[in-house]
This record gives sequence, C-alpha cells and structure tokens, in this order.
Amino acid sequence: MNPIEIGIMLGKIVLVLAGLLTTVPIMLFMERRGSALMQNRLGPNRIGPFGFFQAICDAIKFIFKEDLPPAHVNKFYFSLAPWVAVIPAFMTFAAIPFAGPVTLNGTQISFQIANLDVGVLYCFAIGSLGVYGIIMAGWSSNNKYSLLGALRSSAQMISYELTLGLSVIGLMMVFQSVKLGDMVVSQGEALVSIAGVTIPKWGIFIQPVGFIVFLISIFAETNRLPFDLPEGEPELIAGYHLEYGSMRFALFMMAEFVNLAVASGLIVTLFFGGWQLLPGFGFLAHLLTGAGVIQNGNLVVVLFQFLSFLIKVVFFLWFFVWVRWTVPRFRFDQLMALGWKVLFPIALANVFVTGLLIYKGVF
Amino acid sequence: MLAQRKVGFLNRFYLIEVIRGLWITIKNFLFHEKVTLQFPEQRRDYSFRYRGQHYIKAVNGVENCTACMLCPTVCPAECIHIVAGERPDKEKYPIKFEIDSLRCCFCGMCEEACPKDAIKLSNIYEMSQENRTVWEKEFLLEQRGNK
Repeated sequence: MNPIEIGIMLGKIVLVLAGLLTTVPIMLFMERRGSALMQNRLGPNRIGPFGFFQAICDAIKFIFKEDLPPAHVNKFYFSLAPWVAVIPAFMTFAAIPFAGPVTLNGTQISFQIANLDVGVLYCFAIGSLGVYGIIMAGWSSNNKYSLLGALRSSAQMISYELTLGLSVIGLMMVFQSVKLGDMVVSQGEALVSIAGVTIPKWGIFIQPVGFIVFLISIFAETNRLPFDLPEGEPELIAGYHLEYGSMRFALFMMAEFVNLAVASGLIVTLFFGGWQLLPGFGFLAHLLTGAGVIQNGNLVVVLFQFLSFLIKVVFFLWFFVWVRWTVPRFRFDQLMALGWKVLFPIALANVFVTGLLIYKGVF
Repeated sequence: MLAQRKVGFLNRFYLIEVIRGLWITIKNFLFHEKVTLQFPEQRRDYSFRYRGQHYIKAVNGVENCTACMLCPTVCPAECIHIVAGERPDKEKYPIKFEIDSLRCCFCGMCEEACPKDAIKLSNIYEMSQENRTVWEKEFLLEQRGNK
C-alpha cells in the first residue's frame, strides 16, 4: 500500500466512525421528538432549533454524572461490558459500502472500508458479538433482573440469528455472491421495464418474503420494540443495564443506536439497492454536471449515491422509531413461537422457492 | 375469567394489522393537535374556586383578621399559628400569623371558617420553594387575589 492509499483508507475510517457517532444524537432527537409527536405531545423543543441540541445537553449530563458502581458487582466485567457492547456495533459497518467506486487521478477509491470476501457473513458474525456485552453486563451486575434480561437476550439472539441468516440466503443465491459491494452493483440492473418505467433489481422486488423475515429478525437482533424483552421495563425494570449509570449507561445506549444504524445500513444494502440512486437523482446529477457546476461528472454521481444511501438509512432509522411507538411488546413465549414456528419455516420455504425459480430460470 | 376475543381471518396474519397501526401512528404524528402546554409562556387557567396560595385580605392597609383563632382550630393539618395582640385602632389583631407551607393541605377550611373574610386561598399554584418556608404575616398580607 502506498501512502495515498493509506491516507484514503484512514479518511474512510474516520468518515464512517464520525458518521456512526453522529447517528447517536440524531437518533436521540428522532426518538424523543418523534415519540412525543406520535403521542400528541411536543417533546424537548427548547434547546437549539426544534430542540436539536437536547442531545448535547444529555451527553454533558452523562459525562458529569458520578460514575458509581454498586458494591456487589464484579468490577472488572462490569466496566468491560459496555465496551464489549459498543465496539462490535461500530465494527459491523466496515463491510457496508456507502457509495460507488470512483477513480480520481488514476487511483480507484471504493467507498467501503473493506470489501471482504465473506461480506454479509462478517456483518452477522460481528453483529452477534454484541450479545456478549449484554450477557457480561447481566452477569457481572449480580442482580436477578439484569441476569434475566441477559438470558432473554441470548435466547432471543440465537433464535433470530437463524432466521436472519436464512432470510438472506435467497438473495445470495440470486446475486451469486456474499460480497456486499457486488450485491449492490448487481442491484443496479433492471428487473423489468414496463412502459418506460424501469424497476431495478433491488432485493425487495426479488425477495419480498425474505425482506419481511429479515426486517422482523433485525428488530429482534437490535433489541428494539416490539422485541425489546432484554430490557422490558414492566417486568425487568431496565434489564441488563439496570445497575449502570452515567457514561457507562450512555455507552449501552450508544451501542443500541449504532446497532440501529448498522441494521438500517444492512437493510438498505441488501434490499434497497444500497448506494444505487433513488429515482430522480440520476437526472439531478446529470443536470448538475451539464450545468458545469462541478467538472468531474463521476464525483457528482458519487455524491448523489452517498446522499441516496443516507436518505434510505435515515428512513429506516425513522422506521425503527415508528414501529417502536406502534406495536406493543411481545410476551417471551410469543417471541419464541414467532421465531421458531413462523419465521423459521417461512425462511426455509423462501430458500426452497427461490432455488426452484432460479432452476426454472426466472432470475 | 379470560375473555376469548374473536380474531378475524386477516387479523391472524398480524402484519396487516401492524401496517394499519403504523398508519394510525403517522396520522397522530402529522395531523393530530398537540396537547402540550408550553408552561412559562402559556399558563393553564384554573377555576375561580381553585385553592392555591393563601393571603389575608386587607382593607385600606388594615387586615380583616381579628385573631379569633377559628382557622387554627379548624385546620386539620395544624399549620396556622397565630399570636393575638391589641392595638389602639383595633381591639384584637394578629401580631404573628404564620402558615407552615409544607404542612398545609390546601383544604380551604380556614377560608370557610373565617367570620371576617380575612384568610383567602388565591389562584396561584406556582409555589415551589428552596427551603422549608413558613409564610409570615408580611408575606400573607400581599393581596394576590380578589376573592
């Protein structure tokens, strides 16, 4: 690697890390104001425009709060657990491409930290590591509610990991790759053209059933309502992070929000064409290049690709909030029944039908 | 007994119902009137009969109270402490009139018992304090209502 490539790589890493860290205050804002408006309240609207800087105040409060571990906890694992939860959350994004490749002065830049050969599998593997932080927190807290939360979390993660993996097998079969970069590129192809309107080969159009199973499973994976049993307030108080306060609790919250961002990124990359342009953006990019605002046409396209990716991700972040305040929490046995008796057979059937369709030459 | 609800055929799929629910949430998000009262700028109007902070009614700067001790007698929280005294222009008047704001339960019985229409409960409901305040006579003599 020459110095320029190293510089580009470092730049990309900084961009992704900064982007993910920025998701946290944005999510806080969306969650608090969004939930308030859905419940016909106004929510925090005093600090900054529309209350946008409320998150900064929250952060300052968390930083200056006294960090007091309870006497009965296992100190080492207690302080390690938040980091074990938060680091895998950041790591998962490494394989997700956020814009198409561009060539600048003979150097090809691909907007993806690592185009791994294992792609999706890496995302799932690292994503499921996050549960270790939760189990560690639950166990080291030496508290029955925390432990119950951690137990539920592990059971839930294992059940839904399976359906999560099975639901994307159909996609892998169609695109014949597990590399996320390749999958996004092949999603740019046209599926059908009806009267001039081209429907792209986005994952949702070729795998609608897989998409629904994936969406439900990712809700369970990120411990969001309606599947947030690990921290179910009515029965477990706060679940695994019951004994945590100040910045350590903030780390858990950060892990949750970053996980949401990664989950949205995965949904978008697998089922909504990743950085493929949204309808109308191609025309806009063409217009900007034609007007001579920016000389390098490729750069404009990359910018719009990045914007498309961002818009899609933000929509799914919003969708997580939207669903949270719509659907009530499941009971634990209902959750398990849904995972094993409904989603698992559907995912298996989806794989079978997709195989059949590929054999018949539909895709 | 657990009532068995009839579940329709479409309800069994749950997803359709979830989508309907999502529609309801977004309707509330976008169109429904927000009920929040922005407190320091907007204030809620309470009824005229609301029992808030006390005051002693005064006419021409002289308090109506004659220290008859009916209000401390009737007070269920025993929060009113009066020391009676004499003055040339007025036979009996309270030298000290104290209301322990923490003990008071704002039942309004002092107001009902008062034969001179002296003690009144105003409409003021913002009574946050930084210490365990006992309202003195000077404070109570501020006219904060027109009851």
